[in-house]
Amino acid sequence: MFLNNVFKRTLLVVSMAAALGASSLAMADGDTIKVGVLHSLSGTMAISETTLKDTMLMLIDEQNKKGGVLGKKLEAVVVDPASNWPLFAEKARDLIEKDKVAATFGCWTSVSRKSVLPVFEEKNSLLFYPVQYEGEESSKNVFYTGAAPNQQAIPAVDYLMKEGEVKRWVLAGTDYVYPRTTNKILEAYLKSKGVDEKDIMINYTPFGHSDWQSIVADIKKFGGEGKKTAVVSTINGDANVPFYKELGNQGISAEDIPVVAFSVGEEELSGIDTKPLVGHLAAWNYFMSVENDGNKEFIKQWKAYTKNDKRVTNDPMEAHVIGFKMWVKAVEQAKSTDTDKVAEAMIGQEVPNLTGGTAKMLPNHHLTKPVLIGEIQADGQFEVVSKTPEVPGDAWSDFLPDSKNIVADWTGKETDGKPCGNFNTETKKCSGQKYE
Amino acid sequence: MLKTYDFTRLLLLSVLLWVCPPLQAEQQSATLTQAVPLFQAASFDKTREAVDLLAVSGDAEAVPYLQALLDGQLYQHKAQGTLVIAKDGNTGDELRKIPTNNSLRKYVRAAVGQLSLSHPDAVVRLKSANGLLETVTPEMAAQLRGLLDKETDSAVKEALSLGLAMADLNAADKAVRLTAIESLAGNLHPGVRNRLTTMTTDSDTEVAKAAQEALRSIEDTAALYGHVETLFFGLSLGSVLVLAAIGLAITFGVMGVINMAHGELIMLGAYTTYIVQQLMPHAIDYSLFVAVPAAFIVSGAMGILIERTVIRHLYGRPLETLLATFGISLILQQLVRTVISPQNVPVSNPSWMSGSLEINSVLSLTYNRLYIVLFCLLVFALLYFVLRNTNLGLQVRAVSQNRAMARAMGVRSARVDALTFGLGSGIAGVAGVALSQLTNVGPNLGQSYIIDSFMVVVFGGVGNLWGTLVAGLSLGVVNKVLEPWAGAVLAKILVLVFIILFIQKRPRGLFPQKGRAAGD
Repeated sequence: MFLNNVFKRTLLVVSMAAALGASSLAMADGDTIKVGVLHSLSGTMAISETTLKDTMLMLIDEQNKKGGVLGKKLEAVVVDPASNWPLFAEKARDLIEKDKVAATFGCWTSVSRKSVLPVFEEKNSLLFYPVQYEGEESSKNVFYTGAAPNQQAIPAVDYLMKEGEVKRWVLAGTDYVYPRTTNKILEAYLKSKGVDEKDIMINYTPFGHSDWQSIVADIKKFGGEGKKTAVVSTINGDANVPFYKELGNQGISAEDIPVVAFSVGEEELSGIDTKPLVGHLAAWNYFMSVENDGNKEFIKQWKAYTKNDKRVTNDPMEAHVIGFKMWVKAVEQAKSTDTDKVAEAMIGQEVPNLTGGTAKMLPNHHLTKPVLIGEIQADGQFEVVSKTPEVPGDAWSDFLPDSKNIVADWTGKETDGKPCGNFNTETKKCSGQKYE
Repeated sequence: MLKTYDFTRLLLLSVLLWVCPPLQAEQQSATLTQAVPLFQAASFDKTREAVDLLAVSGDAEAVPYLQALLDGQLYQHKAQGTLVIAKDGNTGDELRKIPTNNSLRKYVRAAVGQLSLSHPDAVVRLKSANGLLETVTPEMAAQLRGLLDKETDSAVKEALSLGLAMADLNAADKAVRLTAIESLAGNLHPGVRNRLTTMTTDSDTEVAKAAQEALRSIEDTAALYGHVETLFFGLSLGSVLVLAAIGLAITFGVMGVINMAHGELIMLGAYTTYIVQQLMPHAIDYSLFVAVPAAFIVSGAMGILIERTVIRHLYGRPLETLLATFGISLILQQLVRTVISPQNVPVSNPSWMSGSLEINSVLSLTYNRLYIVLFCLLVFALLYFVLRNTNLGLQVRAVSQNRAMARAMGVRSARVDALTFGLGSGIAGVAGVALSQLTNVGPNLGQSYIIDSFMVVVFGGVGNLWGTLVAGLSLGVVNKVLEPWAGAVLAKILVLVFIILFIQKRPRGLFPQKGRAAGD
């Protein structure tokens, strides 16, 4: 009995030592490559951003199973900036200085990106930004894997013009930077297409607006004046639900006045009563419902990883998938995680996207993406009604007078040999990155 | 023997059933067969051609197919190419859905309308006639005239004559155009107004003038109804404010407790609605009748709990109460986040609360808002009755006016405090049920209403229920009158500025308490 006990203890000690030895061996085997994940896990943006953190963990996990990168395992460093914009900058600094991450995947709102940008440029580190945004930016240190306005807003308007024969436009948005810039671009675009000033109605509402009666009544009146009308919605977050409800209650169907939204995706639809939304449109570069083997595989993997059969996939997730795969390829091509070498290798990288095409990283740090228009179905999924071939992302909109002559090219081909994100083709000057 | 026979019969039957679908497909009429390859192309233009083909044929057999196309239930057999209607979405792999989009569906709806103008059901006829109004061609006009003679239903008759009058506006004969304009004067249908607007530039000055006059009369009437609409919007926004504030009018107004957790009590009521709907998923139409008392009990009980454990120790110390209840509000929010979900939860509208009451083409009142205005008045009346005409109400008023004297008269003031707070909280829960029908139900629901609630109570005059009602409704109307003119963001700011100025002038609100009841 006594002996038995001693034996057990010895065994325990030996096995512990073995375990320790093994782990120290692993350490000695070459340290890991650290990847920063900078998404809010608490606060208002947690709903959307937590999913992206999980996506990154899944991708890193998968890459490690394949043997990692450059023979080293990847290690995710997850931090929580808590939907607090200044905290994003602090956490980014921590990731780069303390954790020495090779690259960071993160941010959702434009304001958080603007907050971390100076940090990434100062410390010369890489950020992969996965969400559709208002454009007017191209940083040497940021790869924009979401859509620029010409890859979402403008094709959506084109679709409505052509298919829906829409002549009058309501540009409705929440009152902050993304809707205001997008609407400015759209207004200029519509005017360039010969739409009259009085056929455009612009309306802004506060965050979380819930009393839509008079605005919807105005839209109804505006749409009842003989010309086919559509609403282009940059309404953000949960204000959408009462908006669509009010449309339904006032008897406006998607056939009368279709609403095309840029911020309503599978994840947003998964928690709400979708009846009033059926038939309305959304424009993205990816839909979960796209029939494609790569997509099927990804959905299966995601459901298995989250152990939840009801989880949905969405557009920013696809952006992370593309961004991560490109980064892995670029690192392997550069045989290093050095920022400048990887950034150089990133340009021109091609990776299959999840909708059956190929995403290519352009010299302006934006991707080529197909534009998909989908109609909302009762089950919260989208039926694709239009798909364009891949569109190259344009960092500086051609429809705003201030940015018409600006180009970004980090290879320097179009910018007089000097890599520049803000090159004026008229004055032939690179004015450097300007932050608003 | 018998068994074997039965078995054979069963086998035969199943074989027959199996054979039947292809048989049905072969029976498709000639036009349908013609349309099939067009559907097969899976392009919106080709589908449109197919719909044209079916619509022109006047083939009644086509109607169910077009209807299925509208409802997204029309499929094509991948191998055989035949059209299949699958009602329950039970399609399997061999079927491919025929894609549609909004403009195509609109087109199909018009085609179905044309085909079902002689449908036996007057409701269907009315729908199809209304769908045709703006697209009546001269060829169709003849058909419509024939139908009008046979028509018995007055509403359908009206719609048909409206469509004919609209068609007559294109007539070459000036007299016909003039009579058409005359018959259209005062008609509020938006199509009429647009059509008349184009007529004002008619080559014939007499016709143009007549069109202008008809248009002016229409616009005057429309403007009048526009004001009625604004008033209704204002009242409905106001009734939401009153509902949110009326519980506070009791806890803050009557008891003097600054309850920052009031919003969260509203949120609890909204979540109760959600839970009730989860428990009775097949009876959503009745769920609200269960949710109202349930929410009253849940929020009321929570209110009593808060009062007994926290607030009663802090009477007479408003600052501490404010901080303590603010803490409670955070606790309640986090509780909901942890227990239910940090995301918004879906609460459905019962069918009787969806849609709108159409008074005429320019004025329609949405049912959900209409019921909430009525509900608000009902809650107000009930509360008023409780405070005026019941024993509890008498004790509440006695304690709030003079606690020491009430106690001397034998009122158990501690118990009355708890019940009053419970009543105010319960009413907040009931307000939550109403709000769940209008806005998102999430952990932050309460926060968006707490400021509005205090605003209404202070503006109306602390301690006065009537003040709360009048203040809430008038703030709603003012907000909605300002909104089209100033925009939603600025309108809200203007209202706040107005209240600040008003409170400067009359610190005790609209209806200040007078006499000894005013206390302090």
